[in-house]
Amino acid sequence: MIPISWYLIVAAALFSIGLFGVLARKNAVAILLGIELMLNAVNINLVTFWRYNAPATVTGQVFAIIVFAVAAAEVAVGLALVISIYRNRKTVIADDLDMMKW
Amino acid sequence: MNASQVLFLVFAALTLGSALMVVTTKKMIHAAFWLIATLFGVAALYALLNAGFIAMVQLVVYVGAIAILFIFAVMLTRKDLRDSAKSLNANWGWAALFSALMFGGFAILLRQWDGFGMKEAGALPATDMITKLGTALVTPTQYLLPFEVASVLLLAALIGAVYVAATNK
Repeated sequence: MIPISWYLIVAAALFSIGLFGVLARKNAVAILLGIELMLNAVNINLVTFWRYNAPATVTGQVFAIIVFAVAAAEVAVGLALVISIYRNRKTVIADDLDMMKW
Repeated sequence: MNASQVLFLVFAALTLGSALMVVTTKKMIHAAFWLIATLFGVAALYALLNAGFIAMVQLVVYVGAIAILFIFAVMLTRKDLRDSAKSLNANWGWAALFSALMFGGFAILLRQWDGFGMKEAGALPATDMITKLGTALVTPTQYLLPFEVASVLLLAALIGAVYVAATNK
């Protein structure tokens, strides 16, 4: 069997990589890609804890499914915002989107 | 080291390697394709955890819908994705340092947890997991309310996305 620590370390690494993407990328779509990586890391943790601590219940899997729904909603609205911004400003570079700053 | 551990290492390497490519590759369309590889790796990890239904949902929802949405968004916003443009901002060194520190913090926190040394997963129940899951999602005493709230959230996101992205005015 696989020790639980392996899954948790992989999830932590995936979360950190996603965090780096969110902080370092210029393109707004790439920032959303980083957020997807972070959501996936959280989901790995949820399913791991379900498998190792409470395999007889469904709680962990229900949590994971709710996270799927939230991720789908988030990406739909996020990409709609990016496309709307691109129409109006002709750019998706996050540094150039400063119209709320004064 | 047995077969499932080898499989785990292979899929973990696939997941983390392609995740690194997602955040570093220059062409956005390649980043979207690497995201698909990452999502496949995560689905394989779910399968290794005996969560077959979650693995299938991962493939259908993430690879089938979200990754395709990303590819569409990349193609619709193509003008600023010239290959000559730098893909990382000026502070990427600080971002890398912060992410590494975050990972170190996670590792230290996890090591302090008592269950971290757990080697074996408990036995799976004999009952069918998918039936249990489906029943739990429509039973009022269990997870009916979160299930309905999720559907309202998806409807709101659908209407909001159409309103925000619609050609306008």
